[in-house]
Amino acid sequence: MSTVFNEMQGKGGAVREPYALIEQWLKTLSPKDVERALKEAEAIFRRQGITFAVYGDNQASERLIPFDIIPRIFAAAEWRRLSAGIEQRVRALNAFIHDLYHRQEILRAGRVPQDIIIQNEAFVPEMVGVMPSRGIYAHIIGIDIVRVAENEFYVLEDNCRTPSGVSYMLEDREAMMYLFPELFSQQRIAPVENYPAMLRQTLESVAPAACKGEPTVVILTPGIHNSAFFEHAFLADEMGVELCEGNDLFVSDGYLYMRTTQEPKRVDVVYRRIDDAYLDPLTFRPDSAIGVPGIFDLYRAGRVTLVNAPGTGIADDKSIYTYIPDVIEFYTGEKPLLKNVPTWRCGEKQDLAYVLDHLPELVVKEVHGSGGYGMLVGPTSSRREIEEFRHRLKARPKNYIAQPTLALSAVPTFTKSGVAPRHVDLRPFVLSGDRVRVTPGGLTRVALKKNSLVVNSSQGGGTKDTWVLED
Amino acid sequence: MLGRTASSLYWMSRYMERAENMARLLEVGYRISLMPGAVEGHRDEWRSTLQSSACDLAYAEKHDDITAAKVIQFLIFDEDNPSSIRASIKTARNNGRAVRTALTRDVWESINSTWNELAQVKPSSMTADRLPVFLDWIKQRVMSFRGALLGTMLRNDTYYFSQLGNFMERADNTARILDVKYFILLPKATDVGSDLDMQQWAQILRSVSAHRSYRWFYRDSKYRPWMIAEFLILKEEMPRSLVFTYYWTNMALDGLGQLYGKRYDCHDLAQQTYQRLKSGNMEQIFQSGLHEFLQDFITANAALSQSIATNYNFP
Repeated sequence: MSTVFNEMQGKGGAVREPYALIEQWLKTLSPKDVERALKEAEAIFRRQGITFAVYGDNQASERLIPFDIIPRIFAAAEWRRLSAGIEQRVRALNAFIHDLYHRQEILRAGRVPQDIIIQNEAFVPEMVGVMPSRGIYAHIIGIDIVRVAENEFYVLEDNCRTPSGVSYMLEDREAMMYLFPELFSQQRIAPVENYPAMLRQTLESVAPAACKGEPTVVILTPGIHNSAFFEHAFLADEMGVELCEGNDLFVSDGYLYMRTTQEPKRVDVVYRRIDDAYLDPLTFRPDSAIGVPGIFDLYRAGRVTLVNAPGTGIADDKSIYTYIPDVIEFYTGEKPLLKNVPTWRCGEKQDLAYVLDHLPELVVKEVHGSGGYGMLVGPTSSRREIEEFRHRLKARPKNYIAQPTLALSAVPTFTKSGVAPRHVDLRPFVLSGDRVRVTPGGLTRVALKKNSLVVNSSQGGGTKDTWVLED
Repeated sequence: MLGRTASSLYWMSRYMERAENMARLLEVGYRISLMPGAVEGHRDEWRSTLQSSACDLAYAEKHDDITAAKVIQFLIFDEDNPSSIRASIKTARNNGRAVRTALTRDVWESINSTWNELAQVKPSSMTADRLPVFLDWIKQRVMSFRGALLGTMLRNDTYYFSQLGNFMERADNTARILDVKYFILLPKATDVGSDLDMQQWAQILRSVSAHRSYRWFYRDSKYRPWMIAEFLILKEEMPRSLVFTYYWTNMALDGLGQLYGKRYDCHDLAQQTYQRLKSGNMEQIFQSGLHEFLQDFITANAALSQSIATNYNFP
């Protein structure tokens, strides 16, 4: 592991420009101020019910995601470069999905092997030939990015299905502005609070052509027991649209309606936060009780828009990830602005041999896993854990990919023993509709345990407000 | 508004009201259990607490004998009992959470912080001496919820469905309390009750927080059973009487009727019951049978709840 890039201290120990003000501010904070602020922040989050549910954990079925009051900061120029790379990637991903469900040019050209697409569970054959409104599939994408040096960023993964966390981005900003308003008056920080308005605009812009007049948008949630329910309710509230469960919606005379206390109301755009498999029991899993029977046929007929489109998971599958740089070149004709992390595909003999030889220094992930479960972080694992993992890997090599352990950049964070650097990643959110919009900043997740590289909230990660400074 | 949103608002309010009523019933049970056993065995008091809260059958399924500790546990903490205080607050909060967007921040925070604090209370900590403080706290939390609702919600369908849940639950509760004890409310040849009667009458009034207001209203130092019945059934001044709850139920339904420009059979049902109460007199009610009257009322109230659910497309 190379040395860790500290985003505040930089290499030489001189404070990096974007953090100049925060560094001064930290010196003025007494431990009491910090304690008070953290307490207040927690009270705000708890009272508003900003929680997430942890599956299989009855005791703490609703937890707060820890919030750290030291922001993570990007300079304007830094952000312009990142943002251009993000936008390029998002455009390519949408073109890629469109191609996979139409002419499959990229497969014909041999740039991506056919079998990893066609045999992939995330490939939805029902989507073949379907043309969504404006040709956009993944309207909301979250791209996980890590930094390892001043000018070295890597994309860790793309989230093209239903990326979550945007509510924390918004609430973290709210909390910071409430707790430390003075910080916001001393410099220009790009606002994020118009995200819900932008989201609504994006959703309205992809209403089906059949929709005349103002489109009706709803959010479809699996219900209060879903781990991200708070976010569903939060976004519905912020956008001013109804939050529906499956049984609030029904198909009649070739259109989608919601059951209201009065007449049924027509629905044009569904921002669904339920997985493809559960969307429509008539087309996908017949045992789904949270979907809407018949909604997929309406979608195919262009009577309703589903956001994101079914089948977008094919673009963020971990087995596809290694091909994304080719995907970007193929569709944009440009070199990728953002790099992938070098990755070994354990399904390939040579790669597997290398991985088995170097387990203590690698991160090994399940191809279909998420949330930081079922992964091995070599350098922080015991010999026994590594050996256990070796067996699993050998049994089903195709199920895994491996990457070098990146020295994720660190940002000063409040810990029990004072301010100390902790590793972070970044999830910017990107909207695609009438145009592509990248939120300035995004959600910074921080691994609160010393030396830990796992930032997932289900594994003890926290969040920070993320600032993009304006020129 | 989604039919499900209306349903959640309705049940959120109903369960908050239920938690408050349960706290009151437990208070009465607790008071009696403190009294010298000479008057009556405790067990009968706890039994009537179980009956008044319509939890007697569910309790019997789980427990063989009636003890103070078991009843308190069952009525406060047992989540298998859907009417226990904990289950009620939890259901109310889950309903509130599902319609978070329809609630003002004050209403949501009131209900959410109640649940958060209640979830921390360990059943083992609920010793007899801590019970009154705890029950007071529950009542206060529900009142804070209701205050937030009255003080901050727009007077639109959101408010009307919440109000419906509140008053229909209260109507059911008052009617059940009366029905469990109807036999001691029947007029007797003499209006001088025994000590036991006096105590039972006081208990009924207490369980609807009416022991003081009764005296103010009737300006009478004695409890007279038929007046107690009258107070809790026919007096519009009494905020937990049947006629009062139906006045407000009708107000809420009228509000919906005007807002939506449509009236349904639930409007007729509610109006019929209200007129029956408004024009009723106790003599008549006693003659045709207090128990029958209350049973009819409870059935009609449940039918109205059903009708509202159908008319407004509750899922």
